[in-house]
Amino acid sequence: MAVVMDADRVSRSLMRIAHEILERNRGVDDLALVGIRARGVPLAGRIAAALKALAGVDVPTGALDITLYRDDLMRHAVGPQPVIRRTEIPFSIDDRVILLVDDVLYTGRTIRAALDALIDFGRPKAIQLVVLVDRGHRELPIRADYVGRNIPTSQQQSVQVRLVELDGRDEVEVEG
Amino acid sequence: MTTATTLRSRHLLGIRDLEAGEIDLILETALAMKEVGARPIKKVPTLRGRTVVNLFFEPSTRTRMSFELAEKRLSADTLGMTTTGSSVVKGETLSDTARTIEAMAPDMIVMRHASSGAPHQLARVCRASIINAGDGTHEHPTQALLDAFTIRERKGRLAGLRVAIIGDLIHSRVLRSNVWLLTKMGAQVVACAPATLMPAGLRELGVEVTHEIDTAVEGADVIMMLRVQHERMHGLYLPSAREYFTYFGLTPARMRLAAPEAIVMHPGPMNRGVEIDSDVADGPWSVILDQVANGVAVRMAVLYLLAGGEGGEG
Repeated sequence: MAVVMDADRVSRSLMRIAHEILERNRGVDDLALVGIRARGVPLAGRIAAALKALAGVDVPTGALDITLYRDDLMRHAVGPQPVIRRTEIPFSIDDRVILLVDDVLYTGRTIRAALDALIDFGRPKAIQLVVLVDRGHRELPIRADYVGRNIPTSQQQSVQVRLVELDGRDEVEVEG
Repeated sequence: MTTATTLRSRHLLGIRDLEAGEIDLILETALAMKEVGARPIKKVPTLRGRTVVNLFFEPSTRTRMSFELAEKRLSADTLGMTTTGSSVVKGETLSDTARTIEAMAPDMIVMRHASSGAPHQLARVCRASIINAGDGTHEHPTQALLDAFTIRERKGRLAGLRVAIIGDLIHSRVLRSNVWLLTKMGAQVVACAPATLMPAGLRELGVEVTHEIDTAVEGADVIMMLRVQHERMHGLYLPSAREYFTYFGLTPARMRLAAPEAIVMHPGPMNRGVEIDSDVADGPWSVILDQVANGVAVRMAVLYLLAGGEGGEG
């Protein structure tokens, strides 16, 4: 239906977020990126590339699957279980500033699960949240530190983020 | 073959009932579960508030410990029952034991029993999901799944591999589950045992049958040694353990016939010097301890997939 971000806008948003990350953290020394599967992972990779271009430093990047921490897993007696993918965090998160990356911030429940999962890996100095789209309708007291674009939506609508790495093209579309 | 997105049954009674895509789903899920075991905190909250009963009517060390560890890593509440010191020795029937446990409303029951078909009987009367942890000489599905996981980890695939299964085959539920699994996944299976320990009907399942260990080992990518089960032999099956080792024991000399980079597996417990030489069991071919480690990941995958639940929007 309505494309609210095209490829150009997605890439400019990510570059702006990379600038904001550098400004807010005064450098990249103790930063690490963790993308939430599925679409947070390529987004984290792109931010890492932008930080490399801007500051000349490789920021460690990992992938987090939050399925095992979801709060809605066991609510129905019978039904398909979500497919679990591998979590890969090949560095210690202790005493680092973790930039948690996801595509859409909605109820906040995914982020709640991701925070629980991350804390089981160690004790980061801080966790900051990066999202490409904030569509509102929070059900938990969670907010993003870096937002690509705020998009007001109704709860009946759905927001589709498509990325070249997984979907063949970059765009954000609001459906319904 | 495409990976299934869900299991069709809420029980895991045998590999025979599974489709290739379902087997693939369990193995893929186990890959993610294995990573949990490598974390500093080896526990996830997935099955919090779920109760799992481990019913072991037959002695078991590694399977019971492996299931317990899998349940604990998924945060389930677990209780165990072994036959010694339980109502079973006082003469309670299986269905009465089942009804008693059912009244405590567990979500899952993991069951090991000396009689083939016992978990199927339990599945008919219980609301809980039943996982077969070995029934008589019938099936041991999670063992075959962890074997397949270990093979895939080492060989990258199952299809097209030549797998030799050697030992006391007639008493082996591990053989039956592995034959179902490996043939469904496109591997070529050769079974080798003395005539007294060879079950009938294997050729009909697409298995090559031989009584010569050298024929079985020749060109094999995977060699699965099965234990001589003295406790199930009520009669004259073998002249002596020493003679068995001479004709059917896996030795380093015989390993030279196998394919390059061949691996040796054993579901345990091993009889060293009966079916397997210590130099093979502890040698470079051996993945026996990998099997034990992978067992936990595979059982976590099965528990997770059978636990039900439905995904929603994050």
